[in-house]
Amino acid sequence: MMIRKEVVVVGAGPAGLSAAIEAARAGADTLLVDLNLKPGGQLFKQIHKFFGSSSHRSGTRGIDIGKLLVREAQEAGVELWLKSTVVGLFPGYKVGIQRGGDDETKELVTVHAKKIVIATGASENVVRFKGWTTPGVMGAGAAQTMVNVNHVKPGQRIVMLGSGNVGLIVSYQLMQAGCEVVALVEAAPNIGGYAVHAAKICRAGVPLYTKHTIVEAVAGEDGCLRQVVIAQVDETFQPIPGTEQTLEADCVAIGAGLKPSAELLRLLNCRFMFSGAFGGYIPLHNEKMETSLSGIYVAGDSTGVEEANTALEEGRIAGVSAAEQLGLIDGARADARRTEIWERLKALRQGPFGERRQTAEDEILREYAAQVGVPAEEVMPEVLTEAI
Amino acid sequence: MGLIETGYLEYAELFSRQTLPTQERYAKGPVAIAECVQEIPCNPCESACACHAICVGEPITRLPRVCYDQCTGCGMCAAKCPGLAIFIVNKAYSAQTATVSFPYEYYPVPKVGDVVRGVNRKGAYQCEAKVVKVLSPASFDHTPLVTIEIPKHLADEVRSIERKCLA
Repeated sequence: MMIRKEVVVVGAGPAGLSAAIEAARAGADTLLVDLNLKPGGQLFKQIHKFFGSSSHRSGTRGIDIGKLLVREAQEAGVELWLKSTVVGLFPGYKVGIQRGGDDETKELVTVHAKKIVIATGASENVVRFKGWTTPGVMGAGAAQTMVNVNHVKPGQRIVMLGSGNVGLIVSYQLMQAGCEVVALVEAAPNIGGYAVHAAKICRAGVPLYTKHTIVEAVAGEDGCLRQVVIAQVDETFQPIPGTEQTLEADCVAIGAGLKPSAELLRLLNCRFMFSGAFGGYIPLHNEKMETSLSGIYVAGDSTGVEEANTALEEGRIAGVSAAEQLGLIDGARADARRTEIWERLKALRQGPFGERRQTAEDEILREYAAQVGVPAEEVMPEVLTEAI
Repeated sequence: MGLIETGYLEYAELFSRQTLPTQERYAKGPVAIAECVQEIPCNPCESACACHAICVGEPITRLPRVCYDQCTGCGMCAAKCPGLAIFIVNKAYSAQTATVSFPYEYYPVPKVGDVVRGVNRKGAYQCEAKVVKVLSPASFDHTPLVTIEIPKHLADEVRSIERKCLA
């Protein structure tokens, strides 16, 4: 069965939703695909009020921004496929999709798209220590999903590793859910995330252990986590023998950052570069959020780990650009929209926390100009060409 | 040691980064204190204020500045601040006592008349306190603003209460 769509957007988080909304509003026949049971990506576990400017609906909880976006997508006429995993991108703008949940009959569908937007988000980094596979040790994002989406406490006494915004916010939300955060452990000498988030959990009495790390997770007789051994670290982040402390805990949440997930674009041999500020290897893109291949766009964390507001704005650019290439928006209008959005993105990338990301973004655009220039009409990956 | 090493503000560091109300202004009644000292892209406090007493301006990473003469201490900004970093301090509450209002997003939400344990910015116990007001209108979007009465000399220190763990 061959289905034809003008725009296929992969990933229904803030970036994918806003790309789909823009494309559909311009009149494109748009399909939005997501492997989860519900659209919204990480927004539905963001129960806190968002930062940003009033134009980004700051002060509104992430979960409510998610609801609003889903409604806007419905109103714009976006077709939404949930429980659907994109398993491959193939030459000729073909998107291979496996439809159906784990408890259902699965079917494989190929959708022939004219434009594709990749908004596949990011995945959590892990930190390995002795006993790190013990039940009860998990990613901070997993702990957040448990309390905020599934309403299950991951444990009663939590040790959080990492003081970036994820570690700080999830610590707060675990306490809101009724857990106790017995320690927030950070290897660096400073708090990584926003001080206001750290201040919230300090007021709640959470002890902060900077220049510390977890050296061991100890299981009890039932095989589940019972104790966590932490220790001070030296300047090279190595544990200092003799400084160990043992904490009673039944959950370790690891908030050690995220890395972009853009494996689908590897399948098409898109150009990538490494960006430390953005969390790892990311697909190059230009001012239209177009990758090194013509008609294939990228937006959100998959092209550099940031936050929901920047993901939303990048998604809008991708959606506008896809619609422009389809001839649904004229060039001047698309340019004006993009200029206005890039201005807002710049505003979000200011200050001591944002400058690094602005510098990295400028570098990506420069690299794109140097390495790619004009996006290539889609080429077949060499491997496939040989096979055919 | 400062905020970025410890995670909390000391009064001295706050004083060095934000202009605080004068004693004359404190004598006139409740006033908003923005304990926001890092340049992050955020400005909902600015539009929350019906009296236009808070200015962030451009770029949005600028620290909020409260015009204490225009501020009525209504608490809208405290409920809207995503960082929960704005407090309302009333040093003119009575001869011996002051009040401090703070956003409190934990269950159980305290009730008027409750006797609670006041804590400082690092969560350390300071004093017994009485809950005198709890506001949670729909416009606060599930962020109750709790007001407690405390000894006047602790008005610059007490910023929250001990959290009660639900069974």
